[in-house]
Amino acid sequence: MRVAVVGAGITGVCVARELSRYRVEVHVFDAKPDVGWGVSKANTGLIHACYDDDPERFPVRAKACVEGNRMWRSLVEELSIPHSWDGSMVVGDEEDLPRLRELLRRGIRNGVPELRIVEARKLEPLIKGEYALYAPTAGQISPPQAVIAIAESAAINGVRFHLETEVKGIRVKSGEVEAIITNEGEVRVDAVVNAAGLKADEVAGMVGLPMEIRPRKGEYLIFDEDAGPKPSHIIFPVPSERSKGVVVTTEVSGHLMVGPNANDVQDKEDVSTTVEGLREVYGKASKLWPLPPMNKVIRSFAGLRPEPRGGDFILGRTEVGGFYNAAGMRSPGLTAAPAVGKELASMIAEDLELDRKLRWKAGRPLPVDGGGVVCRCNLVTSGRVRWAIERMRFLGVKTPSVDSVKFRTSATAGTCQGSFCRVHIARMLAEEYGVPLWQVTLKGKGSELGVGDVKALVI
Amino acid sequence: MDVVVIGGGPAGLSAAIRAQELGLKVVVVEEGRLGGILPQCIHTGFGLLTYGEDLTGPELAHRLINSYQGEVLRGHAAGLEYSYHRKRVRVITEGGTVTLEAPTVIYAAGARERHAHEIGIVGDRVAGIYTAGEAQALMDLYGVLPGREVVIVGSGDVGLIMARRLSLEGAKVKAVVEMLPYPGGLARNLMILRDFNIPLLLNHRVVEVRGRGRVERVKVVSGSKEEWIKCDTLLVSAGLVPRVKLLRRAGAIIDERTSGPLVNDRLETSLPGIFAAGNSLVINDLVDYAMEQGRIAAEGAEEFIREGGIPSQDWVKVIPGDNVRSVVPQLISPGREVIAYVRPSKPLNDATLTLPNGRVRLGVIKPSEMLRVRVKAEEGGVAHVEIQG
Ligand SMILES: Cc1cc2nc3c(=O)[nH]c(=O)nc-3n(C[C@H](O)[C@H](O)[C@H](O)COP(=O)(O)OP(=O)(O)OC[C@H]3O[C@@H](n4cnc5c(N)ncnc54)[C@H](O)[C@@H]3O)c2cc1C
Ligand SMILES: Cc1cc2nc3c(=O)[nH]c(=O)nc-3n(C[C@H](O)[C@H](O)[C@H](O)COP(=O)(O)OP(=O)(O)OC[C@H]3O[C@@H](n4cnc5c(N)ncnc54)[C@H](O)[C@@H]3O)c2cc1C
Repeated sequence: MRVAVVGAGITGVCVARELSRYRVEVHVFDAKPDVGWGVSKANTGLIHACYDDDPERFPVRAKACVEGNRMWRSLVEELSIPHSWDGSMVVGDEEDLPRLRELLRRGIRNGVPELRIVEARKLEPLIKGEYALYAPTAGQISPPQAVIAIAESAAINGVRFHLETEVKGIRVKSGEVEAIITNEGEVRVDAVVNAAGLKADEVAGMVGLPMEIRPRKGEYLIFDEDAGPKPSHIIFPVPSERSKGVVVTTEVSGHLMVGPNANDVQDKEDVSTTVEGLREVYGKASKLWPLPPMNKVIRSFAGLRPEPRGGDFILGRTEVGGFYNAAGMRSPGLTAAPAVGKELASMIAEDLELDRKLRWKAGRPLPVDGGGVVCRCNLVTSGRVRWAIERMRFLGVKTPSVDSVKFRTSATAGTCQGSFCRVHIARMLAEEYGVPLWQVTLKGKGSELGVGDVKALVI
Repeated sequence: MDVVVIGGGPAGLSAAIRAQELGLKVVVVEEGRLGGILPQCIHTGFGLLTYGEDLTGPELAHRLINSYQGEVLRGHAAGLEYSYHRKRVRVITEGGTVTLEAPTVIYAAGARERHAHEIGIVGDRVAGIYTAGEAQALMDLYGVLPGREVVIVGSGDVGLIMARRLSLEGAKVKAVVEMLPYPGGLARNLMILRDFNIPLLLNHRVVEVRGRGRVERVKVVSGSKEEWIKCDTLLVSAGLVPRVKLLRRAGAIIDERTSGPLVNDRLETSLPGIFAAGNSLVINDLVDYAMEQGRIAAEGAEEFIREGGIPSQDWVKVIPGDNVRSVVPQLISPGREVIAYVRPSKPLNDATLTLPNGRVRLGVIKPSEMLRVRVKAEEGGVAHVEIQG
């Protein structure tokens, strides 16, 4: 028996890891050079408490979110995923109390523990607002590192990753999936999981199923490590229908981060930041928290939410035999992913009558350090970079990219944004991958570090 | 050990050499190459004031390295802990972490470059965006050509030198974009623009980058006008920022005007026995000044050790006035003539500098050229430093 997972985002890797507990061959395909480079690499990284998913309107989301939040608690320990359980606060004034109570009641219906309305400044003295819905079970992870950790754990248990491999078609015979067609060839399969993020509608279209996923952009600002004040909780405004609003948080790496806004866009590849968008983010965040000036920003970035028509996740069996959706994973898709993975895997195991493996490994190798410091801002050693490169190879990363090292080590993500160390990391990548230095990429083919060797142009 | 010097660039090496001359036992902590920024600056323009010779960066680095016979610890100083008699410097080396202890520290860790995110450039985060120093290292240390069609942000010396370097390599520099109404660089470097026919866009800002894998075009604005320039490379040369993370974390007061530590005329920071020099004290356009600061700091360290501390006094506060962006040192001893570095805030044609001890006719001045002056102030006052146009 063979299962193909389309998409190595947080959803796909969670499905794959859960499937690896069964006796079945699992292959994960992703068009990008490394795992987690779609929606999963650019988001807020919050493990939501799950009080704002209306259980009547979005039952799938509400259930998976609560379950996912619980599962992350052990997952971060098992796989050494950087995390913090700070708790979140939805902050408002006197006139917002009815809205806060509404969220509280919704949380109670969803089964979220320990929610309460508090005097905001008792918990967070600098917060701008009188009252807050406090959710102690909310936390944060580093999303790209989480995807990598879960993918590695899956790989350790036999899952095979095919990167830079785009699924171009799916062959269906008498109502059952038969094979997937990729740029690298065809593979016969017994089941396909559509975890293709923003492009899940395209993949559903390959078996003739209708689906609509629209991109909604969210932009962020990250401040220098030494810029503060920094909150010790995750701070939300009172949410709107469209989104949970611009958040202020001290992210796992210790930087103050604000965002995202929410703007509908057309292009599913367009993750550019905009002047207006970043201004909006800064403005909205300053209503919640006293922000450092804009010149303390060390990075801005944007991500796209895969918004499904109707607003709820699209999970499970379809009219096409062997074709399963894990799609429309908008927020809180990161929180929900472990639960979604478990649910999908047990569904597939049931349908394909799979047995559980007798032996299955839970952990993954711990990072190795040593050698001199390469990234001075985040104190990443050369030993750690070499370890990251080895892990890239283990997962089957074909194109050497600085971003692959960044997501495994946090090198280049500090105050100077790699202006000192990018070249040193690239040199190690060039050496290990046996390519000329200028051909090492920043983030995959087409983003090479240089255009050739010096003098290449004049000769 | 008497003094730990953090950073083996021109400021740190000069400090170490002077400290040895004064009989102190020194260790220099350096994580990269001795010589700091010098080995990658293959152009001339170094050391004219110190040696009366126009040297290249590597040549000057050689001289300094050869004159220093003391100990060097290879590694990254990752922690600095202050107590009056003992400073602790935690160094991560190839072989593990080493902790150095000494009564004095000279902090000469240089500067870092401002990058695209910090100056508010938005758009796509793609390949082809470099700081000038990164591009320089790529070309001159590792033989990589960064790009073919280049837009440079900032008309300071570093940007101009890179414009020449890239042009000589056959790349096309399509524009040097400067936010201010006047160019930043030294006159001799501005000649580069003429030599290579490079347009200088004053009063312009690069605000956005677009491209899929690599830069394809950048948006340049001036007032309400905006224009896209096609290019594959954006070089950011928007100034340097002193690297003061260790000092700040140890508790030193940082001057908002220089972004470096607040110091007295011994170049001692607000933490007794910790001195600063070179680009981590204040951004120097001339290496000679960075080296001089290293020597002053070394003399301060020697005095600290000899006297058990810098003598107490009623420090005179230096107040930057009209047309002065910053002055270092910020505190001076009453009745003692000391060297001060003054950064003008705008270009003037016929400027006069007013100090507590008199006036100096300066002629033409520019913010890119730091002024080195001798200042003396009397007890019980403040020292106003201002420039009249
Ligand atoms: C701005 C923003 C903020 C968010 N904040 C949070 C939050 O704080 N907490 C939270 O819980 N959730 C949050 N989310 C939601 C969360 O990020 C997503 O739900 C989650 O990352 C979706 O993961 P995925 O695996 O479904 O999609 P992706 O990560 O996009 O993975 C899909 C993968 O499929 C690949 N692919 C697509 N088509 C093909 C093909 N034909 N062949 C091969 N590969 C293909 C893509 O390359 C991609 O790697 C946020 C989202 C955004 C955008
Ligand atoms: C591109 C460019 C061109 C220039 N051209 C000229 C010119 O033509 N003429 C001229 O006079 N001047 C020029 N300058 C200016 C001159 O080079 C500087 O003023 C001078 O290098 C400053 O010296 P420094 O020792 O303070 O810093 P740096 O030279 O930057 O040295 C600092 C050293 O400290 C080390 N270090 C930092 N942190 C740590 C740590 N935590 N642990 C261990 N080691 C650490 C670094 O590795 C580095 O070696 C130029 C500068 C640049 C950037």
